[in-house]
Amino acid sequence: MTKLDAKTPQGPLSEKWTHYKNHQKLVNPANKRRLDVIVVGTGLAGASAAASLGELGFRVLNFCIQDSPRRAHSIAAQGGINAAKNYQNDGDSVYRLFYDTIKGGDYRAREANVYRLAEVSNNIIDQCVAQGVPFAREYGGLLDNRSFGGAQVSRTFYAKGQTGQQLLLGAYSALSRQVHQGSVKLYTRYEMLDLVLIKDANGLERARGIIARNLVTGKIERFAAHAVVIASGGYGNAFFLSTNAMNSNGSAAMQCYRKGALFANPAFAQIHPTCIPVHGEFQSKLTLMSESLRNDGRIWVPKKLEDAQAIREGQLKPTQIAEEDRDYYLERRYPAFGNLVPRDVASRAAKERCDAGFGVNNTGLAVYLDFSDAINRLGLKTVEARYGNLFQMYEKITADNPYETPMMIFPAIHYTMGGIWVDYELMTTIPGLFAIGEANFSDHGANRLGASALMQGLADGYFVLPYTIQNYLSDQIQVPRFSVDLPEFAETEKALEDKIATLMSIKGKRSVDSIHKELGHIMWDHVGMGRTKESLETALVLLQALKKEFWSNLFIPGEPNTLNVELEKALRLADFIEIGQLMALDGLNRNESCGGHFREEYQTPDGEALRDDEQYSYASCWKYKGEDQQPELVKESLDYEFVVRQQRNYKA
Amino acid sequence: MEKEINIHVKVWRQKGPKAKGKFETYHLDRISGDTSFLEMLDILNEQLVSKGQEPIAFDNDCREGICGMCSLYINGHPHGPDNLITTCQLHMRHFKDGETITIEPWRSAAFPVIRDLMVDRRAFDKIIQAGGYVSVNTGGVPDANTIPIPKPVADEAMDAASCIGCGACVAACKNGSAMLFVSAKVSQLALLPQGKIESKTRAKAMIAQMDALGFGNCTNTRACELECPKGVSISHIARLNREFLKAKLSN
Repeated sequence: MTKLDAKTPQGPLSEKWTHYKNHQKLVNPANKRRLDVIVVGTGLAGASAAASLGELGFRVLNFCIQDSPRRAHSIAAQGGINAAKNYQNDGDSVYRLFYDTIKGGDYRAREANVYRLAEVSNNIIDQCVAQGVPFAREYGGLLDNRSFGGAQVSRTFYAKGQTGQQLLLGAYSALSRQVHQGSVKLYTRYEMLDLVLIKDANGLERARGIIARNLVTGKIERFAAHAVVIASGGYGNAFFLSTNAMNSNGSAAMQCYRKGALFANPAFAQIHPTCIPVHGEFQSKLTLMSESLRNDGRIWVPKKLEDAQAIREGQLKPTQIAEEDRDYYLERRYPAFGNLVPRDVASRAAKERCDAGFGVNNTGLAVYLDFSDAINRLGLKTVEARYGNLFQMYEKITADNPYETPMMIFPAIHYTMGGIWVDYELMTTIPGLFAIGEANFSDHGANRLGASALMQGLADGYFVLPYTIQNYLSDQIQVPRFSVDLPEFAETEKALEDKIATLMSIKGKRSVDSIHKELGHIMWDHVGMGRTKESLETALVLLQALKKEFWSNLFIPGEPNTLNVELEKALRLADFIEIGQLMALDGLNRNESCGGHFREEYQTPDGEALRDDEQYSYASCWKYKGEDQQPELVKESLDYEFVVRQQRNYKA
Repeated sequence: MEKEINIHVKVWRQKGPKAKGKFETYHLDRISGDTSFLEMLDILNEQLVSKGQEPIAFDNDCREGICGMCSLYINGHPHGPDNLITTCQLHMRHFKDGETITIEPWRSAAFPVIRDLMVDRRAFDKIIQAGGYVSVNTGGVPDANTIPIPKPVADEAMDAASCIGCGACVAACKNGSAMLFVSAKVSQLALLPQGKIESKTRAKAMIAQMDALGFGNCTNTRACELECPKGVSISHIARLNREFLKAKLSN
């Protein structure tokens, strides 16, 4: 029986992190130079970690699959980053940010981690400003804030609708400085394909390196280090259509899982309420419209079924629906938070209206996000200044002008709260293997609040990992650098080459994308916004069949030992199918509704998520038991010491 | 539902950096106007794979116009005929039924072709590594509101910082100059008090690196500004020139 130790420090909530830092072990400057750290990924978490570790004096090897670290998908985050600065004097505090995040996550996150996140949030804003991140400012020259879902204060810092871009470019510039100074070596267009474990003198297996494929040459290469940090993002592309980038994938996490790291809360996926609706079968991805739009946009559908039908048939325009015939359903159901309820709540409410026949667009799968009130109240210029680039983006995609007609939006997969299990030190169950950013499961519980992903990625990379990793590495200063000629590297590489040879030799009839699309349909239909015992059981049957289809009927053109995009996609898809299985299994186990996990059997009379704290107040962590074996469920009990759990209420 | 069109696509195919490339023409029927340009290439690639052929290699990632990974020289324009967007935001409704669409990679000595439409843009990273940052370590920085910055200054810095590093400016320039890219970073940081301290050394180091990597000179043709998907203005080049001159004079 595996037992998990979260290593949460003792003491009052507000003193845990300080206490930890005061007592943790450190590595002196001379020894740092002798220690190597591999960081996989160059998004907010990966780039900030690699840069900070380099600044401290460690030798860092940093990998990304794109042609430059600056392409990582953190760049696409639009709306903003939260911090408890209370610059607006509206009652914000570290405790309130902590509380909102815990509540927003439906009480399924670890209190101590979330409190630490809120504590370091302010340092992030200071750091970014010092790097030259051009945050939006007031006329007096001080920083501006706006509101985001799930909060009653304005604590979100932003840079137009491109906050993720500006924060990532800040981290990228810090990283570039370390590359220039020689402390970080960059490997672009390299993809991690497996983790290498080596036993120490006491027989304990530790993470000591990775095998990666040079995507340009196709060559498989070996890299050794004293510790490995996974910052490879989330696994939302298991749904094929998502707001993730085309190359975002969950494979690094699955490689760690197969080597013994636990995968926690895989079922917790976030469905973002404001995305541009699906237009057709050849669609390759979904585009997000920032949550910040809900500051001024009002969400509605027609009140009358016949109006909705006329709109779907193209006989009525939204602007022709009279005010009294519009149902602003979020304002109606949640008067206290209105259009700014958290994402899971807003997404489900949209689904409820569409399921009831009130959906718009020719598909019936869309709702309106309307700015006419805002334009009347604030004037066109102000609305343009706030959201101009988002409106432009919408118009380029849909050919509709949102200044004149309401936007159409629909929920889409956006973020995965689940991920590799980590303790308070962000270390996985494998010694020397760390996971940061979206790749880990730690801070968002069952639902993430808007503008908190940027906060968590940078918190982990700038201010948490550079401390906690030293507590591990301090024991490793006597360990000499590893040779990549060790048998553990050779064996791992051999297994990989066999896997690639198997994939290439299937020579079936189906392209990677055609199978990936089928996976996406299974996931959306059965493991999507509303799940039931039956739908999840159906998903497991369908996924098993799809896995068989993949391994028997896939076709990959070209050769493996050269650039081969189809092979790259196939390796990722093999893992996405297994992630889908884990998600369904986890969803089936959790007989409650919480956050992004909505089991239709478990809801209150007015349709809200019904948690079961008696039975399910734990993180469900899955341990790999071998190919096609049922993984073992290991529970990390979530004991709420400081917060009293309640049903989440955004109504009053 | 948008109209559907039939098109011919003339694509540059090149096996590797040293291989000889050539154009291949393909036909696609019934492409919906709502299809994005890259989705059109996805459809073409599915057809190629279904015939056992190798798909066309092209860079892409976020498909929402911000990562800067997509490129493509379409009918003589970087990122295609529409303005202020990247290739991934271009939609087929901009093309006519029966049209022949020519697709080439970025053409620049500093961006060698890897395969087909995919080029190596690591030179941009090297320019940033030469000095495109403020030299601060993590931690130990002042409170974010310590130094007020006038809103117009912050806004102008933001405009410069909008650069996505795609390389369209280099592809558009007859000299293959990277001045718009370099100036966007130099200008952003020179405008802000945090970056001012190193502004002279930064301009010098980044220009030296740009020259060393084989990018051409700027002759003010403004092609870069016209083709920039983010509308980065060449006024930043003027600021870069001033910073560079100040650095020279103070030597």
